Amino acid sequence: MKLRTIIFALAAAAVSALPASAATLRFAFQGEFKSLDPYSLNESFTLGMLGNVYEGLTKRDKDLKIIPGLAERWEQVEPTRWRFYLRKGVKFHNGEDFTADDVVFSAERSFNQASDIKSRIQPAGTKAVKVDDHTVDFILPSPNPILHYEWDTWYIMSKKWAETNNSAAVQPATGTQMSYAALHTNGTGPFIITEHQAGVKTVFKKNPNWWGKPEHNIDEAIFTTISNDATRVAALLSGDVDFIDPVPLQDVQRINASGVAQVLQGPELRTIFLGFDQMRPELKYSNVKGKNPFKDVRVRKAFYLAIDEKAIADKVMRGAAVPSALMISPLLFDLAKDFKRPEPDPAQAKKLLAEAGYPNGFEVEMDCPNDRYVNDEAICQAVTAMLARAGIKINLNAQPKSKYFAKVLQSGGYDTSFFLLGWTPGSFDSWNVLANMYRCRDEKGVGGNMNLGGYCNQKVEVLTEKILVEPDKAKRDQMIKEAYTIGQEQDVAFVPLHQQALAWGISKKVKLAQRADNQILLYWFHKD
Amino acid sequence: MLAFIIRRLLQAIVVMLTVALIAFTLFRFVGDPVNMMVGIETTAEERAQLRQDLGLNDPIVIQFARFVGNSARLNFGNSYQFKTPVIDLIADRFPATMELAFASALLSLLVGIPMGVYTALHRRSWLSNIFLAASLIGISLPTFLIGILLIFLFPVTLGILPSFGRGEVVRIGFWTTGLLTASGLKALVLPAITLGLFQMTLIMRLVRGEMLEVLRTDYIKFARARGLTDRAVNFGHALKNTLVPVMTIAGLQLGSIIAFALITESVFQWPGMGLLFLKAVQNVDIPIMSAYLLLVAFIFVTINLIVDLLYAVVDPRIRIDARPA
Repeated sequence: MKLRTIIFALAAAAVSALPASAATLRFAFQGEFKSLDPYSLNESFTLGMLGNVYEGLTKRDKDLKIIPGLAERWEQVEPTRWRFYLRKGVKFHNGEDFTADDVVFSAERSFNQASDIKSRIQPAGTKAVKVDDHTVDFILPSPNPILHYEWDTWYIMSKKWAETNNSAAVQPATGTQMSYAALHTNGTGPFIITEHQAGVKTVFKKNPNWWGKPEHNIDEAIFTTISNDATRVAALLSGDVDFIDPVPLQDVQRINASGVAQVLQGPELRTIFLGFDQMRPELKYSNVKGKNPFKDVRVRKAFYLAIDEKAIADKVMRGAAVPSALMISPLLFDLAKDFKRPEPDPAQAKKLLAEAGYPNGFEVEMDCPNDRYVNDEAICQAVTAMLARAGIKINLNAQPKSKYFAKVLQSGGYDTSFFLLGWTPGSFDSWNVLANMYRCRDEKGVGGNMNLGGYCNQKVEVLTEKILVEPDKAKRDQMIKEAYTIGQEQDVAFVPLHQQALAWGISKKVKLAQRADNQILLYWFHKD
Repeated sequence: MLAFIIRRLLQAIVVMLTVALIAFTLFRFVGDPVNMMVGIETTAEERAQLRQDLGLNDPIVIQFARFVGNSARLNFGNSYQFKTPVIDLIADRFPATMELAFASALLSLLVGIPMGVYTALHRRSWLSNIFLAASLIGISLPTFLIGILLIFLFPVTLGILPSFGRGEVVRIGFWTTGLLTASGLKALVLPAITLGLFQMTLIMRLVRGEMLEVLRTDYIKFARARGLTDRAVNFGHALKNTLVPVMTIAGLQLGSIIAFALITESVFQWPGMGLLFLKAVQNVDIPIMSAYLLLVAFIFVTINLIVDLLYAVVDPRIRIDARPA
């Protein structure tokens, strides 16, 4: 009896000891939060989560504009030498001071064998050199005006902490030793991870010693994975969580009508598109023998004209998609408004096919993932039906992403004739799109590695190289426009479909900022 | 008896080796592990080095022996996704699955047996008919549907019980338990019902059938003739004799509850081994897949072994049969 009284007293004391303003946020995402090592997985969700804990030299604001992060400012001393002035008085979560040594160390670590962010510091061969404790120079082998574009997700780690904890190298999948940095964090950011059970639960606590001025009121945030769509929606509606990502499209109306939560939708950066094998002399999966119909621009154009993207956006995507004329989101390219999607025209498509020598169409297999993008398989089915009207018979091969990617990517030998894919430029810049998808490649994938179809045009090739080193933005934008005009409007290298929409489910108690890159950044959350 | 145990143990080892072979084949032939580990930018030389480091150039027999040796020492390597040792991940998830499985098994026994007895004793009552009709639902509805229906009924509509997860857990040594906190107990209710419903209806029908049979036997008639009370006849004589096959089935079903918990775990986002396995399949995380396969096989083999041994203890005829001729 006495013991029970004591326990009750203690519990009461514990409850009353909590500050009145303490806001605990519970949030859920469909995927798992795995390794905490910020260099081991180049994926937007993981990088976003770690962006609450770690920080880069630069950051991006709510509109994705680059702003100072751990570097207060920077300048180009000469085209191949950039100088970054580091913020003073910044401390890591364990109390160590943040200095130039940590930046140099982090640069080297990002080049590490097992690192998944090897390409953050471009071009290859760039070196970080300490000038003094709070100044670092980056010496480039050739100029790169967008050197720092992806640095908001190149997080700075503490040299001393990583080395003492045997984590100077990125944890490779083969090692048998447990990596300390995969299970612990030590960043400079506004939140500290106090508990991490990979794939289950992660607890973030506010960092009281953060250098910046907090715009949030979150003291504690508890993250859980809920992969089942119905369960995730139920958790939001029942108030078990305050935030879910993503909301399945069919539940948007129900959540909005519930009165306890709402859906915040906005355009995402990823572009969904179709691609053709334009490289092999004969298509691998088609009834056309001895030649490759996709080498003929008229056939590619016919495919483009046969597809009614508006219908896909309205019906398949239930309005949660923005049709795109380019392979990049208009949010990321100022001159995107100069490009328009042609109206769908099945009659013209048939005519073009006849001109190209296929009056009765032909048969081709289409590769499609079924668990990667929003309604991916349904989009492929719609495309199949639309192409059938132009006389093209598509044999749809929809598979889980693990099998799909193993087939169509370089590691599978680009084993596809016609495919659906999505792409977000990690640097939020067109050069990434051109370099990865419009540049020529050889059979092994050297060159435009994600150019699965092997599109190749020397004019685009030359422009891409010039764009990489052009420092003047207006000139650079004109060159990008020219490259898209040739590669997209004239050559129809791809059929861009749309940018899918983000759909976040948010409790009425929570206010936040939604960024188009779909990163969940707790430092803009406010819970009543 | 000793020969019997040894023979059973040998059989168990053969089963484990077979499963290990299947798991190993998965490991080898589902795809090139090197391809799954490296990034796009890795050069051919680095890949070759990695192949050498992983021992993929050795003869298959040696690789299999090494895999068995490592597994026997509980070394399953690192997960491709989490970059941490698989054994730690599984150890982390093991208690969650076990608590869910035992709660379901207990629930199915505690509810299933009384329901079975009732329906056997009052064959024509309306309540029996309701029980039997309900048990049809339990047998025919798929687990995930039951789970989702429960979620929409309790947490969403009525606002009671949590919709997902395990609640607050307490760590005792290597074991984490949700049984000591209010939120943990609440979180256990819906998943346990979902997972246990099928077993519950199975046990109810089994008890009913056995009970009806036993009630017709001579010794029950004799007991009644002796003027024993209904209570003593039904529970003291009939039920006792019904329970032998029920215990066997319940024991064997425990294995499948553990193995099939993965559907319930995915509906309720229950952080158990099944969920871990399901995610591993989606991400081709072979070390987790093979470790899980081996573990489930081990649990099945162990339960079977225990049941066999208990049989031998309870039923002397089996001991006699097992004696070498």
